[in-house]
Amino acid sequence: MSLKTQEMVLNMGPQHPSTHGVLRLELELEGELILDVKPHIGYLHRCFEKHCEAMTYPQVIPYTDRMDYLAAMYNNFGYAVAVERMLGIEVPERVEYIRVIMGELQRIASHLVAIGTYGIDIGAFTPFLYCFRDREKILNLFEMTCGARLLYNYMWVGGLSHDIHPDFQRLTKEFIDYFKPQVKELNNLLSYNKIFIDRTADVGVLPLDTAINYGITGPNLRASGLKFDIRKDDPYSIYDRFDFDIPIGEGTHGTVGDCWDRYYIRVLEIEQSIRIIEQAIDNIPEGDVQSAIPKRIKPPKGTIYTRVENPKGELGYFIISDGSVNPWRVKVRAPSFVNLTVMGELCKGHLVADVIAILGSIDIVLGEIDR
Amino acid sequence: MYEILTDIIGNQIVAYVIAAALPLFVFILPFALVAVLAERKVSAFMQDRLGPMRTGPYGLLQTVADILKLIQKEDIVASDTDKKLFNLAPILVFAGSYAAFAAIPFTSAYIGSSADVGIFFIIAISSLVVAGILMAGWASNNKYSLLGSMRSVAQIISYEIPAALVILTMVMLTGTLSLSEMTEMQTQYFWNWNIFGGAETGIVKILLIPFMLVGFIIFYISSLAEVNRTPFDIPEAESELVAGYHTEYSGMKFAMFFLAEYANMFAVSAIVVALFFGGYHSPFGYLGNAIGIDWLIPVEQLFWFTVKGTFFVIVQMWLRWTLPRLRVDQLMNVCWKYLIPYAFVNLIIVGILTLL
Repeated sequence: MSLKTQEMVLNMGPQHPSTHGVLRLELELEGELILDVKPHIGYLHRCFEKHCEAMTYPQVIPYTDRMDYLAAMYNNFGYAVAVERMLGIEVPERVEYIRVIMGELQRIASHLVAIGTYGIDIGAFTPFLYCFRDREKILNLFEMTCGARLLYNYMWVGGLSHDIHPDFQRLTKEFIDYFKPQVKELNNLLSYNKIFIDRTADVGVLPLDTAINYGITGPNLRASGLKFDIRKDDPYSIYDRFDFDIPIGEGTHGTVGDCWDRYYIRVLEIEQSIRIIEQAIDNIPEGDVQSAIPKRIKPPKGTIYTRVENPKGELGYFIISDGSVNPWRVKVRAPSFVNLTVMGELCKGHLVADVIAILGSIDIVLGEIDR
Repeated sequence: MYEILTDIIGNQIVAYVIAAALPLFVFILPFALVAVLAERKVSAFMQDRLGPMRTGPYGLLQTVADILKLIQKEDIVASDTDKKLFNLAPILVFAGSYAAFAAIPFTSAYIGSSADVGIFFIIAISSLVVAGILMAGWASNNKYSLLGSMRSVAQIISYEIPAALVILTMVMLTGTLSLSEMTEMQTQYFWNWNIFGGAETGIVKILLIPFMLVGFIIFYISSLAEVNRTPFDIPEAESELVAGYHTEYSGMKFAMFFLAEYANMFAVSAIVVALFFGGYHSPFGYLGNAIGIDWLIPVEQLFWFTVKGTFFVIVQMWLRWTLPRLRVDQLMNVCWKYLIPYAFVNLIIVGILTLL
């Protein structure tokens, strides 16, 4: 007589504390061992791309906020760059500088959420609150600039919705001075913690060729060891003027491309973002931030694909114009969506606790996956 | 204690019941209430925030409000649960963790049961909690609960081994299984505490200190695991298993699990104090002795016991809000590959040293 065994199917999510939103993972388990992972998405689908077809070009901007709501500035940024390239607008220097500063502040804020929530995923609650405390200060800067704390609608085609506050430069410098030691504290508290390293090193190793095959971008790709950053490799705005490094994963505590590398890349990127802000903050030229905003935005017939380095990876806008005031089609290449596809590959043979560690290290935002 | 009560009440059995229930109502329940608030305040200070501030002055009534809320809540029993086991489980967990206090000497004047095998009783009765947890996980008919309870049982049973080995070491050193006798041997000054070699004298005492320290650390770590505290809180790992074995519980049943956890924290600290840190004894003589008031001594003893116990509870909180959580297999590695061998070596060396 042979005994029949059956695998346990565990639905993790959509209501689960650490699926970072409304992701559902269908886990096939043998005890605690993962045999298969199937991500189910679509719980947050809001028809962003279809909506865009009924909007005029500027009206799309608030919708881009709502994709990656942790990096709304950068979504605005990418869209603005795409439409400006279609129209062939030259943006004033002042606007470019402010955009870069806001973008990098947004990158720090987004990475802080990634790092903090990753701490929670691993079981450390305190770093999460430290990260959010510091992110709050960035949000205050944003609020001072444009009145909003999460969804900014700040970067318009050809300009900005508001000029910066007279105190903005001083307060940003104060923030940077305050924030630099905090990164060190965070490292001591979480990054170099023995238990944290045990939990994340050699877990969910993403080899470089797999990463490239799946189209992984952003910190996840760099953690696998490829120096690829659109800010350097396909420069937009004025990123070519600044001096910063692209950190890559080195497998300090395990294999290159493991969860610890993916986590630590974000810490290193925060430091690089600080460098960019430091170089830009004192050099903002005078000028009018709204002088280049066109009265009527009507790009010529044609298509464009523009990509920017969003905190999560390559954010691409593919826009088809039929020459009218409405875009004919706006397709978004969402980094979180592409990065999530590798989930099943990474989880096989790991334990349930590792699924959380891997998912957290990929750093997804469901608003962007489902759009 | 019993004599006084028997005199007042006139019935020996009733007197015993009251004496046994005393620590529960006078000490442990209020302590759990205070500890829940303390945990929230300690975590708040560690995390740069204020914690509860709205209920009562400085948020002091927060736990009372929580308990009132939990009492009012509907007692939800999900469909397809095993109702009998589901209802029994919180009682068993609660009873298991509170019964441990019966053998803990709070002062020289009061101990619930001064049985000769006090420490043995504690090991045995706290294993009852395992059955409760397994019941809760199984009866909930929820996969997260089941996973949580399986982890919990594996963890608690494994970590009982190093804990018991260390207790065995202490039993060898003191030659008694009774916690009150063990405490009495650590009297007078703090260098008589077991962590400093206990009642031994001369070179043996000095040689014993490092091994006592190792024993204490092993025991404290395994106690943390036995009460499911971070870094060993994987049975109720919030980010993985939602709430582990008590996911499906609400209202008063949840409160029982909750109170049991905090009672457990103190029980573990109390055992650590009794085994290593002189129990209820003051580190430097008694005021009552100095000024010649006899009844002051037990009061002082209760004070010292609470202070020492609370200290180790706060250390548990401190660890919880600092450290991440281990994975289930790493947890087992820590136990079987490190704690148990070290506990064995410790046992043998202390055995040899006590023979010298």
